[in-house]
Amino acid sequence: MSLLSVRDLTVKFSNRTGALTALNGISFDLARGERLGIVGESGAGKSITGFALMNLLSQPGFIDGGQILFEGEDVTQMSKKQVRDMRGNRMAMIFQDPMVTLNPVLTIGQQMVETLRAHRKLSFEEARQIALVKLKEVYIPSPVERFEQYPHELSGGMRQRIIIAMALLLDPKLIIADEPTTALDVTIQADIMELLLEMCQSNQVGLILITHDLGVVSQVTERTMVMYAGRIIENGPTRSIINDPQHPYTQGLISALPQQTQPGQRLKQIPGVMPTLSDMPSGCPFHPRCDHATETCKSQVPDISQSGESFVACHEVHRLQKELASEAAQ
Amino acid sequence: MSLDKENGPLLRVKGLEKRFNLDQGFLESLKFSSGKLTRETRAVHAVNNISFDVDRGDAICVVGESGCGKSTVARMVAGLIAPSGGEIHYDGERIDGLRGKDLLPLRKKIQMIFQNPYASLNPRMTIGQTLAEPLRYHNPSMSKGALQDKAAAVMKSVGIDPAWGARFAHELSGGQRQRIAIARALTVDPEFIVADEPISALDVSIQAQVLNLMLEMQEAHGLTYLFITHDLSVVEHFGTKVIVLYLGSICEVADTQTLFSNPKHPYTKALLSAVPQLKDDRSNHIRLKGEIPTPINLPSGCPFRSRCPLSDARCASEKPMPLQKDDGSVVACHAVEEERVDALNWV
Ligand SMILES: Nc1ncnc2c1ncn2[C@@H]1O[C@H](COP(=O)(O)OP(=O)(O)OP(=O)(O)O)[C@@H](O)[C@H]1O
Ligand SMILES: Nc1ncnc2c1ncn2[C@@H]1O[C@H](COP(=O)(O)OP(=O)(O)OP(=O)(O)O)[C@@H](O)[C@H]1O
Ligand code: SF4
Ligand SMILES: [Mg+2]
Ligand SMILES: [Mg+2]
Repeated sequence: MSLLSVRDLTVKFSNRTGALTALNGISFDLARGERLGIVGESGAGKSITGFALMNLLSQPGFIDGGQILFEGEDVTQMSKKQVRDMRGNRMAMIFQDPMVTLNPVLTIGQQMVETLRAHRKLSFEEARQIALVKLKEVYIPSPVERFEQYPHELSGGMRQRIIIAMALLLDPKLIIADEPTTALDVTIQADIMELLLEMCQSNQVGLILITHDLGVVSQVTERTMVMYAGRIIENGPTRSIINDPQHPYTQGLISALPQQTQPGQRLKQIPGVMPTLSDMPSGCPFHPRCDHATETCKSQVPDISQSGESFVACHEVHRLQKELASEAAQ
Repeated sequence: MSLDKENGPLLRVKGLEKRFNLDQGFLESLKFSSGKLTRETRAVHAVNNISFDVDRGDAICVVGESGCGKSTVARMVAGLIAPSGGEIHYDGERIDGLRGKDLLPLRKKIQMIFQNPYASLNPRMTIGQTLAEPLRYHNPSMSKGALQDKAAAVMKSVGIDPAWGARFAHELSGGQRQRIAIARALTVDPEFIVADEPISALDVSIQAQVLNLMLEMQEAHGLTYLFITHDLSVVEHFGTKVIVLYLGSICEVADTQTLFSNPKHPYTKALLSAVPQLKDDRSNHIRLKGEIPTPINLPSGCPFRSRCPLSDARCASEKPMPLQKDDGSVVACHAVEEERVDALNWV
């Protein structure tokens, strides 16, 4: 049985005139101990996916269909108590916005001890000791002093590490990490990524890593999902997504990296902007920006099919791959 | 003086210092020791004696470990917090002591983009209001139509549909908010932009869009940047000069090309080796061992010594001063000065 199995998950936001679709029937699986990356355009629905898994959506957002099976139980059907029990304990999320997790009027220590004692029978001192160990694990210098400080007294990166430490407090089975290292410098990022990696491998913890940093994705994850406008448009082994991207959007993403251009030269942008939720194009949501779009692309939403080693939602992917292959042959 | 204004650097930072007191109350800091009542204050030594120049049209990048004082330097330069010591000169004028009304003209010339897009946008204003507000403030005579046109033009330039004007910040994703924050800084046509990790929340294709925009503004309007980022591929692409900070002190300052082709300080070497590689999962990153020092109790001598494989007795007692090398870079390291650094072989 997989650790997590998501089927046809749809999330909407209600507004004055009805509802906007933020996630459009996404499906994917995660095995125990598997490490999955989610990348994609900003606003594509990556964080919303994480919130939905944690059953954290609140008005105006709601789940409008689909299933989220976590260790066999459907998260969408859980009672409030079951959700509270699962959250932080079996499934933890590291949020993109550190201040969501951190309470500005409590010290770091108070918050960590409270979290621990909400789920485990521990004395204050026992909880404090566990908290200090976790702070050390995420490379916080002077943990004893930092334990007593308030969130606003810490640097951006330190807050981020505190949040990671809080997510690890209860040894969860699944960690959803939303941009966990964006605020960190590369040396600490490398250390934290190694820590997460080791934890996943030795304790069979599943990891969903949401990030814009394709270098990090490539170092940490086994599989990667690319999202665009509320859909999964490519899902495959990380190696082949980076070396042999199939979907035109994924190809654009990889060629926009600064590494692909000479210093000081203009970077390769993908023309146009992602559509807003209220103004989704018909057919393939990427077609207005796509060089390869045909009439079919404008009217029909592409199904998922296998191409290379990935599953790809694109009408033209097989034609494009054939053209590439024949070019290569010549 | 006018000569200095024309030819001198746009920004000159001299001996900049910042300490944050850890103990708030007066009573809390009283300690009774050896029969006497004494007052003891502990402080975070966030920035220690930093000097650098930024020339017109430069894109100077500040990199370094998290907590090393990058944002604090940025906030002092933008006039948002007062230094504990040292001087900041802008366009030949000393600005670190300015208060209230005297700061106004600077507020238009120097714009800051903040690290956290969630905290920097007012949740009670629509995006349109957020963008129009600084414009109106700095151009009281502008007509309503002109304000709207300008706001719409800036939104387009950072890849935002002007139709978003009616939405509130909480309805936007992290990257969308950061683009609004960037747009807001650009609306008032600043000369100098202090950007604290402006693009780390953005996906790669929008990063490309924003970086291209910033390069264009630099060429077209001679904009100058102080740019904080953790992404060294962005530094290499965008920066003209790099400052490497460690624990509030400067390790190395060099032209971007020099820094990447010939890093000298042991910390710079470790930093460059830790960049995650796209196509190569072999980790050849230099792992720094040793205790991570804290700015609460600054170590004696070199701030990097507890993690440096080359540290010796001199490093423990004497703080290395920034020294200029033949290729123009400035390095603060005894081992570099003594030419011991080539012996470095960590991997
Ligand atoms: N409260 C809300 N009301 C209406 N729309 C919302 C709300 N919260 C989020 N959205 C929309 O849902 C979409 C998905 O947002 P999400 O935060 O998941 O993006 P993301 O992929 O995480 O982007 P980023 O990389 O920028 O963080 C966006 O278009 C956003 O504007
Ligand atoms: N208001 C404050 N009160 C007390 N200490 C502070 C305050 N602001 C910053 N500091 C401390 O100053 C030091 C430098 O912080 P700063 O935010 O400048 O780091 P940074 O280099 O920007 O780090 P990051 O990359 O994590 O954002 C840190 O030790 C931080 O805890
Ligand atoms: S389906 Fe069509 S429009 Fe969409 S990515 Fe593929 S070729 Fe482009
Ligand atoms: Mg997000
Ligand atoms: Mg900072």
